[in-house]
Amino acid sequence: MSKKTDALRRFSGWVNGETAGHAAVHREAARIEHKKLLPELDEQQRIRLFSWQYKLVALVVCLTVVAVLLYTVFHLPLFGDPENPAVNEVVQRYVEDGLEETGAVNMVAGMILDYRAFDTFGESSVLFLAVTSVMMLLLRDAKNIVRDEDVQEEHERIIERQTSDIILQKVTSLVMPCIMLFGAYVVLNGHISPGGGFSGGAVMGAGLILLGASFGIDKVRTFFTMKTFRRITSTALLCYAASKAYSFFTGANGLETGIPLGTPGAIFSSGLILVLDICVGMVVACTMYGFYVLFSRGEI
Amino acid sequence: MSIIFELLLILALIICAIAALGSRRLLVTVVIFMAYSLIMSIIWALLQSPDLAITEAAVGAGVTGILFFMTLKKIHALKGTKDE
Amino acid sequence: MDLHAFLTKAVSLRFEIAAVILFGIGFMNLMLRHNLIKKIVAFNVMDSSVFLFLASQGYIDGRIAPIAREGIVGAEHYVNPIPAGLVLTGIVVSVSVSAFFLALVQRLYKHYHTVDFDEIMIMAKKKVD
Repeated sequence: MSKKTDALRRFSGWVNGETAGHAAVHREAARIEHKKLLPELDEQQRIRLFSWQYKLVALVVCLTVVAVLLYTVFHLPLFGDPENPAVNEVVQRYVEDGLEETGAVNMVAGMILDYRAFDTFGESSVLFLAVTSVMMLLLRDAKNIVRDEDVQEEHERIIERQTSDIILQKVTSLVMPCIMLFGAYVVLNGHISPGGGFSGGAVMGAGLILLGASFGIDKVRTFFTMKTFRRITSTALLCYAASKAYSFFTGANGLETGIPLGTPGAIFSSGLILVLDICVGMVVACTMYGFYVLFSRGEI
Repeated sequence: MSIIFELLLILALIICAIAALGSRRLLVTVVIFMAYSLIMSIIWALLQSPDLAITEAAVGAGVTGILFFMTLKKIHALKGTKDE
Repeated sequence: MDLHAFLTKAVSLRFEIAAVILFGIGFMNLMLRHNLIKKIVAFNVMDSSVFLFLASQGYIDGRIAPIAREGIVGAEHYVNPIPAGLVLTGIVVSVSVSAFFLALVQRLYKHYHTVDFDEIMIMAKKKVD
């Protein structure tokens, strides 16, 4: 009984970000040490730095911006107006000829992965770049190691092993296949129903995060390591680049690419859009899970 | 009727934004921000963009919230730490 | 402009006005808060207000979502797909940008043991001097 309450207390302490024993004391000491760097005239300096002038200027700038924007909004065409100048011949082309030219029933997917696919390529690269910079900041390497944090990390790992939450694990093993299946469905049906690479990839990434949170990251690492991460992301991006380069090589828009478009509505239709959707979905799923792992432990 | 529903949603959105940024505890801020994202995804379903609704529900209410929670745990702000 | 016409117009432009108000809230908090986490949340609010504005510009009354249906052909039956495409990529970029911000905050905390922007500035200044 007493063992159980002890484990519970430690677990709640872990949830609250406390660590038992000397690690917390050490951290508190380090914090106080740092606070000493704050000068005695803390208040005065704070007042000087963020004086009322700054606040006044910020307020005035903000109110001016909001006023100008509100004034502009009242001169916009009405909400839901079919005569809105944004609805021009480009939209007409996308909506009327999109089905024929791209073969995608979902016009948004046809637009972002066919007419504007180069845009989306840059956007997937932004994701890759973001996860790379987060890796640079948070990866545990020789220069980024704090001793008491290692102690705390080890402590957390022990607690994670001891307090395996049976309810969470059972529910996860029940829900997790459904989440991954739904994510795969959304990715694969991106061209014939709402969804696509971005949403489906985010759903799959959330499923992986759930698995990692309930069973521990070590469990996920049995099939998803740094090597897998690197392989999947770079292969998907290169595949995207190659297929788009082929379509540019054969004349970008409206010309014959030699790839059959298939019957609209079938799953193997709309040419390259399915492939591109899968690539984007892979990149997004890996990015989301990579963020989580880097944030929680500092290594993939 | 639908206009009243939309106005209510907009009101809830603005209240959520103010409450999230005005609350003193960082945990409350993040939780209310997740609610904000959920309301946003309903608005996108009303604006006839189902793609956006799915993405926002998965990304805004799910992954962003988890990243914020992980950061709060790292900066030891999950226990009643007060802002300011 | 009399009050009734003004109110009718304001209700008709509800999403745009809400977007501007949310932008103002986010902007104000981004500039005036000391806490870095609050600054990031404010930045996210600003992001989504811009998305709301864009998406509301694409909506057209009485039309259906841009997914082709049998027997409904022609641009006059579907809403504008362009803002939806722009916002779709924007949402995913905004989450990666906020992940980057949060990683920066973690590194700052590791170094300065606080997330208060003023204190970090004072300490950094002190260290330089």
